[in-house]
Amino acid sequence: MRTLSLAFIACTLAACTATQTPDRQPPAAVEDRAPGAVAQPAPSAPPAGVDLTGRPASGAAALKDPNSILSKRSVYYDFDKFNIKDDYRPMIEAHARYLRENGGTKMLVQGNTDERGSREYNLALGQRRSEGVKRMLMLLGGREEQIEAVSLGEEKPRMAGSNEEAWAQNRRSDMLYPGEY
Amino acid sequence: MRNLLAAAALSFAACSGHAQLSIEITGAGAQRIPVAIVPFVGEGALAGGANAAISAIVRADLERSGLFRGVEVPSLVPAPTEASSVNYAEWKSRLADALVLGSVAARPDGRFEARFRLHDVVKQSSIGGVAYTMSREQLRATAHRIADYVYEKLTGEKGVFSTRIAYVVKRGSRYELQIADADGANEQAMLVSNEPIISPAWSPNGKRIAYVSFQNKKPIVYVQDVEVPKQNIVANFKGSNSAPAWSPDGTRLAVALTRDGSSQIYLINPDGGNVRRLTFSGGIDTEPRYSPDGQWIYFTSDRGGSPQIYRMAAAGGDAQRVTFEGSYNVSPRISPDGRSLAYIMRNGSKYQVALLDLGTRQVQVLTDSDLDESPSFAPNGRQILLASIAGGRGVLTAVSADGRVKQRLTVNAGDVREPAWGPLLQ
Repeated sequence: MRTLSLAFIACTLAACTATQTPDRQPPAAVEDRAPGAVAQPAPSAPPAGVDLTGRPASGAAALKDPNSILSKRSVYYDFDKFNIKDDYRPMIEAHARYLRENGGTKMLVQGNTDERGSREYNLALGQRRSEGVKRMLMLLGGREEQIEAVSLGEEKPRMAGSNEEAWAQNRRSDMLYPGEY
Repeated sequence: MRNLLAAAALSFAACSGHAQLSIEITGAGAQRIPVAIVPFVGEGALAGGANAAISAIVRADLERSGLFRGVEVPSLVPAPTEASSVNYAEWKSRLADALVLGSVAARPDGRFEARFRLHDVVKQSSIGGVAYTMSREQLRATAHRIADYVYEKLTGEKGVFSTRIAYVVKRGSRYELQIADADGANEQAMLVSNEPIISPAWSPNGKRIAYVSFQNKKPIVYVQDVEVPKQNIVANFKGSNSAPAWSPDGTRLAVALTRDGSSQIYLINPDGGNVRRLTFSGGIDTEPRYSPDGQWIYFTSDRGGSPQIYRMAAAGGDAQRVTFEGSYNVSPRISPDGRSLAYIMRNGSKYQVALLDLGTRQVQVLTDSDLDESPSFAPNGRQILLASIAGGRGVLTAVSADGRVKQRLTVNAGDVREPAWGPLLQ
């Protein structure tokens, strides 16, 4: 029953994208080894995403399930830095697994910076940030053609304001799935 | 050349509107030349409505430079013209060092003739004068030419009152690439989009502007004729395409592309042909700028661990580091005489415009604001236009190269940013 519903979700997802690879792995075959990635089913979660076995949900619903690590999408950085802190590794691993299990789906990684300094340097820095996330996703099983890395530089701040709180929010890479950008 | 028609989300406005950019002088030079600009006889026939009188425009231009102070002139009977003989002692008693007299007359063909003469009151002699034939629509342009003449005769440097500036205005979620006269008049939208527009750059002849637009959800470099509302794609490769800079002869653009990995510098023709990679660092290389003699390209790179300014031969090759003080130096702009470099320097928690004398290696910080960006030299090198934040809004500031004279340019209900000062009128 569970496998069936997950397969249905995977097919629905794949239908949204242009390419579908035939050698897609069934989701149930993948075991979670990421520490801290175990999601607890929430009472309010939609039925399709609930995993009664205690394993993390890996269907599309998990992307929106606040209790799933897959609902987390953002990597935050220090000023003028693009290295990915260890804290974000479980989240990126979970998304890499999702991409691996859903070979037909695609992801857009958008790199952002805070407003300080030059717009052009920030555009290049945002690109380095998104490329860094893309590289880690690929090392963990995502495929090159699934993931596009782009930069918005300082042009689309999530939080307005010239203060450290806003700047910290805006130094960020976001992992987005079709329909989310 | 690949042409792209305007997409639905974009619109162009070729018509010019009223000035929306207002200018406030917030500092002035210590020594300003007192100049008496007497209302031109007959100028009232042209003034009125949105038109100021020629003499008022000339005075406003000269005062805005921070180098001149207009002397109040009583009404004179009979009103003197450029042909009148001058009582220099009388003008000396009014504390004027220079005097401009002129007149405007209608011609039989419906056009007008504006004449003026500039006098040196101290030396008690005429410096010279010019007569211009003009249409009613050329009133402001003619006044700017007169101001340029006065400025050049009295300072020895070219005036920039006839030049134009480009900038980006953000109103809500709307972005406008605007061009306007250097005094903010005749604002004209080149591109309006719901996505960001950055890095406008004037071609050396002032006829085209290269810029970066995110209208297709990613940065792409376009070139657009100032008079023709049509975009031409220059660089649209995988990843980011940005930071266009014209070669001094206008035949090439240096750009930053991420098509081969991290941001690197490439040369490309304005029609998108003949792409050649210039830098091969593993890090970020961006913001290329040609030196005025075309020999060098200055650029920003983090190859040494922090963003600094480097330069290399315009044909590529080894780069030398140019900035050493501080951990964040970006946005290099070479002065028109090639002798100094303006850039954005991180100064504690502030980002300010610094000027490096390339001969003496002396660095001077020109601004006292917090978040300066995008410096742009006036074509005579006397002023630098830059973007900063004041009262939570994006404003432009023009600062003299000695840091003394400051003007603030604001727009109604919007953020203004990304200034680019156009070339001298040819």
